[in-house]
Amino acid sequence: MAIIKGKKSSSILIYFVVLLLVGFTHFSGFAQNDEGIPQISEEAQDEMEEADLNAGEIIIGHIVDSYEWHIADWGHTHLSIPLPVILYDQGEWHFFMSSKFHHGKDAYKGFEIAKEGMLKGKIVRQDAEGNVVQPIDLSLTKNSFALLITSTIVVLLFLGVAKTYRRRQRKAPKGFQSLIEPIIVFIRDEVARPAIGNKHYERFLPYLLTVFFFIFINNLLGLIPFFPFGANITGNIAVTGVLALFTFFITTFSGNKNYYAHIFNTPGVPWWLKIPVPLMPIIELVGVFTKPFVLMVRLFANITAGHIIILGFISLIFVFGQASIYAGYGMSIISISLSIFINFLELLVAFIQAYVFTLLSAIYFGMAVEEHH
Amino acid sequence: MELVNPGLGLIFWMTLAFGIVFFILKKFAWPSIIQALKDREQHIEEALQAAERAHEEMKKMQLDNEALLKKAKEERDVIMADARKLREKMLDESRSKANEEADRIVENAKVRIDNERKAAMTEIKNEIAKISIDIAEKIVREKMQSTEAQKDYINKLIKESPLN
Repeated sequence: MAIIKGKKSSSILIYFVVLLLVGFTHFSGFAQNDEGIPQISEEAQDEMEEADLNAGEIIIGHIVDSYEWHIADWGHTHLSIPLPVILYDQGEWHFFMSSKFHHGKDAYKGFEIAKEGMLKGKIVRQDAEGNVVQPIDLSLTKNSFALLITSTIVVLLFLGVAKTYRRRQRKAPKGFQSLIEPIIVFIRDEVARPAIGNKHYERFLPYLLTVFFFIFINNLLGLIPFFPFGANITGNIAVTGVLALFTFFITTFSGNKNYYAHIFNTPGVPWWLKIPVPLMPIIELVGVFTKPFVLMVRLFANITAGHIIILGFISLIFVFGQASIYAGYGMSIISISLSIFINFLELLVAFIQAYVFTLLSAIYFGMAVEEHH
Repeated sequence: MELVNPGLGLIFWMTLAFGIVFFILKKFAWPSIIQALKDREQHIEEALQAAERAHEEMKKMQLDNEALLKKAKEERDVIMADARKLREKMLDESRSKANEEADRIVENAKVRIDNERKAAMTEIKNEIAKISIDIAEKIVREKMQSTEAQKDYINKLIKESPLN
C-alpha cells in the first residue's frame, strides 16, 4: 500500500465516516475517487476544491476501471494500491507499477494516461508525429485485480459446496449448501429445463450455473463499498462483453442443422425475401450478433445505472454542502435514506440481472439445439 | 466514452479468469453437485413411494385385522354358547346322576334295614322260644319233684296208653 500525498477535497472523507456510522452503504466509498484517472490539471483541481464539485466526473471516475486501486483520502493523503501495468509496445514488454504515473499526473517511459479524447483513461503514447497511439495494454487494472479476487472466492465457494455434497450424500442440505441449493435447483428446473428442453439441458447446465453465480456474486460484491470489493466488475462493458461472447460461442458451436437452416433459409418466409436479395438471412444473421450484444449491454447498463444512482445521491450531499454546510447536512439525511432504498433495490437487481443473463443464454442455447418441428 | 470503451487488458483478464473459473467448476464442482442433487431427488422419490406403498399395505392389513377380529369374536361367541350349553347339559346330567345314586343308596339302605330287622326278629323269636322252654322245664321240674306225683303221673300215662 502506498500512501501518497495529493490534493483532494477533504470534506469527502467526513461524509465517508458519516456513511460508515450509518452502517449501510453501497457505493464504492466516495473517497475512492477519480484520482487514478485525473482529468483536470493541478490548477483546475485547486480551483475545483474551492469552486465547483464536478459530480459527473466523480461518479464516472468511480464506475470506470483504473490503473490503481484507490481506497480513501485523508486530507491531502491518498490511500491507494498501485497495480502492475503490463504493456507491449513496438516489440517490447514493459512492466511497472501504476504508482509511477503519480495518479495520472506524470508520464513514465513515454507512456501516460490519456486525459481526453476517445482513449481517455487509457494508457497511451505519443509517436514521433505527435499522434496518440495505444500500446497493447494487459495491465492488471482495478477491475482485473478485483476479478481475480472474486473469481477465487467463487471457485473456493463452490469447490467447498461440491465437497459438502460429496460428503453428505442423500442427506438434507446443511450450511452454505442449503443457501445455494434452491438457486441451483431454480436454475436447473426453471431456467435450463424449460428453455433448452429435457434432452439437452444437462449439457449446458454447468455453464449456466457458472455464469449465474459468477454474475450474481460479482454483483453482490460490487455493492460492498470496501476493499477488496466494490469494484464495478459486472458494470464494466469488457466484463459483460466477455460473458456475452462465451454465450455467443457456445450457441454458435452447439447450433445444429435446424439452427443454421433457420438463419440462412428461414422456413415459412416467401422466397422473394431470400432471393435475389437475401433480406431474411441478413436480418437473421444480424440477430445472431445482436443477441450477445444485448446481453452485454443489459447487464452493463443495469449495474452501472444502479451505481450511478447511488453515487448521484451521495454527490447531492456535496453539491448542497457547497452551497451551505447546513444544506449539506440536511441533504445527507435524504440522500442516505434514498441510497439505502436504492441499495435494497440493487440487491434485487443483482439477482434479477444474473437471472436474466442466464435465462437469455439458456434460451439462445435452446434455439441452437432445438429439434425440427 | 470512457464508460463504453472496453479495455483490452480487462478483456484478457476476464477471459482468463472466467475461463478458469468455468473450467474448474465444470470439472470439479458441478458434476458432483448435480449428481448429488439428482441422487437425492431420486432417493426422496423412492422413499415417498415406499412410504405410500407401506401406507397402503398397512391399510390393507388393518382391514384384514378387523375382519380377523370380527371373525374371532364370532368364533368366541359360538364357543361361549357351546360351552354354556355343554355346561348346562353337564350340570343336568350330574344332577340326575346324583339323584339316581341317592335313590339307589336309599334303596340299599332300606333293604339292608329290612334284612337286619328280619334277622333281629328271628333271633328274638329263637330267644323267646328258648326262654319258654327253660321256663317250662323249670315248671315241670318243680311239679315232678315228689315221688307221688311222679307215680300218679305215670299211672295216668299208663292208663291212657293203648295197651289196655
